[in-house]
Amino acid sequence: MRVVIAEDLALLRDGLTRLLEANGLEVVAAVDNAPSLAKALGELSVDVAVVDVRMPPTFTDEGLRVAIDAREARPGLPVLVLSQYVEQLYARELLASGDGAVGYLLKDRVADVERFVDAVRQVAAGGTVLDPEVVARLMSRAQPGGPVDRLTEREREVLALMAEGRSNTAIAARLFVTEKAVAKHTANIFAKLDLPVSGDDNRRVLAVLAYLQS
Amino acid sequence: MSAPPPPTPAPVATLPPRRTSRFRLTGLVFVYVALGLPTMVVAILVTVAIPLAAIGIGFGFLVVLVPVLRRLAGAHRWIAGAVLRTPVPDPYRVRTERGAAAMVRSWANDPARWRDLAWAYVATTLSFLVSLVPLVLLLGVVWFLVFPFVYAVTPDGVFDLDAGVVQIDSAGSAMQAWIPAGLLMIVWWFTTPPVARLRARMDVALLAPTRGELERRLAHVEASRAETIDHSAAEIRRIERDLHDGAQARLASLGMSLGLAEQVFDTDPESARRLIAEARDTTTAALDDLRGVVRGIHPPVLADRGLGGAVEALALDLAVPVDVRPALPGRLPAPVESALYFGVAEALANVVRHAHASSASVDLTYDAGRVRAVVADNGVGGADAARGTGLAGVARRMDSFDGTMMVESPAGGPTVVTLELPCALSSPRTSPS
Repeated sequence: MRVVIAEDLALLRDGLTRLLEANGLEVVAAVDNAPSLAKALGELSVDVAVVDVRMPPTFTDEGLRVAIDAREARPGLPVLVLSQYVEQLYARELLASGDGAVGYLLKDRVADVERFVDAVRQVAAGGTVLDPEVVARLMSRAQPGGPVDRLTEREREVLALMAEGRSNTAIAARLFVTEKAVAKHTANIFAKLDLPVSGDDNRRVLAVLAYLQS
Repeated sequence: MSAPPPPTPAPVATLPPRRTSRFRLTGLVFVYVALGLPTMVVAILVTVAIPLAAIGIGFGFLVVLVPVLRRLAGAHRWIAGAVLRTPVPDPYRVRTERGAAAMVRSWANDPARWRDLAWAYVATTLSFLVSLVPLVLLLGVVWFLVFPFVYAVTPDGVFDLDAGVVQIDSAGSAMQAWIPAGLLMIVWWFTTPPVARLRARMDVALLAPTRGELERRLAHVEASRAETIDHSAAEIRRIERDLHDGAQARLASLGMSLGLAEQVFDTDPESARRLIAEARDTTTAALDDLRGVVRGIHPPVLADRGLGGAVEALALDLAVPVDVRPALPGRLPAPVESALYFGVAEALANVVRHAHASSASVDLTYDAGRVRAVVADNGVGGADAARGTGLAGVARRMDSFDGTMMVESPAGGPTVVTLELPCALSSPRTSPS
């Protein structure tokens, strides 16, 4: 799997490169600023980009902007955004296209190497991975009467784990239920959020998106 | 070590770039004359409305007319500033309450408003005549210049003149009119600047802040500066304590865990593994602490997106739906952004905690050098800036920027908190958000 890393701090850039290569991913470019990232994404064939939000030249949110622009040029380009802090606003902007293949995680999550590498693979495969902190904040403010309000407690738990990018198997293990039960809950979630049956994996993304926009 | 960035120059009022030309001065004098009639009308109406307001009616007139008078006076302050090439600050007191009655009462207590009225009388009488002078002179010049042409196209005899030495009875002799044109031109040339300056000084005498007002303002600025310094000193102590007790302590314990793990690495790999896992959790907690500290100092999204984006991000995290309508034409100076952000955050926190509101809104606007944030909700009201420590803190913070906070929150609601402060826009908008 071919990965591009964009991170301006050399220490973290090297760490990420080592970590991903140790887990069998190929780092084809590791850049330290937004223009180089845009160039790398335009020129190289890339399976997934791991991008820091704050980078030169302005040290605000250009990583995020480059990622969103690149996804406009190449819809569905898998991008995993890492940041020192997570903002729902940014999660929303990343997910706005509805194409999936997006991740948004706190930089600390890298410490859990297995789950981090798993997240990179999930995003590359078209999944959506949101940081548990974003998900927790979403959970705490579902609006009364909104579509998410119609979900049962258990369905919400499933949706939250779905938003974190877990597979049905992982969700089942986490909630101590059978995989069949998880499948039933997800079907209910899709129905309650008015997402028509289409056999498309994107519905998981759309469900998360509906959640974000409620 | 890199050198500190050079201090940004203080914003100055716009002034004409070079010596004001006589034509421009005459133009400004023309504006004086043109504004004479509306000023007179407003002055008379205000004069009539004041006794009427005393017996109840007339309030409505004052609510409309006094701001108009202020606008007129403001225009003259600007012109006087342009003529005298020095900005004329306005002297009004800052109002802190809302509501028509409170507004009229605070106007009545503000000497600057009464001086506005006195100015209006002078401006429409004595000052008006003064400003006519350059205008009449220039009109005279124009008249005598075109006179020969007028003479030529009118029937014979209409403009004939016989005044001893000067005799006008033919197209040729009509050219003599250019002599007075030249004379008047010279008079106009030499009198216009002093007359314009005289008029401007007459206005400044009544429209600029008096010495007492300036002294009071200075005392106020000194007091709020002292308070700001105290406040930031306390803030720095808090940050130091947070770092010392939080992240620093955690990093120290992280070092200890790793040191222990290193020791038992060969003898007891199982506990070494446990220590390393512990160390990993500690880094996460330390980062959490640091994030908390950073958010308290300057929220990262505020640095990224400016006030509009940061308030939108803030609204997303609240349980009450908040309609954010940012209409700022550019980025504000960082300290202003920060002060308004924390003010809006405090107002929204109150909405969630106390108002029992089902919806709220935040409007951000910029107009005539003032940025305004209006936080409104449909809750139960009864907010009182004098009681809550949060809103009082916001008011103090606004004060140190020469800004204001107005809280309108009748029992039963709704609550409207308006934060307003003067500032210049630092850069045009660059972000699409």
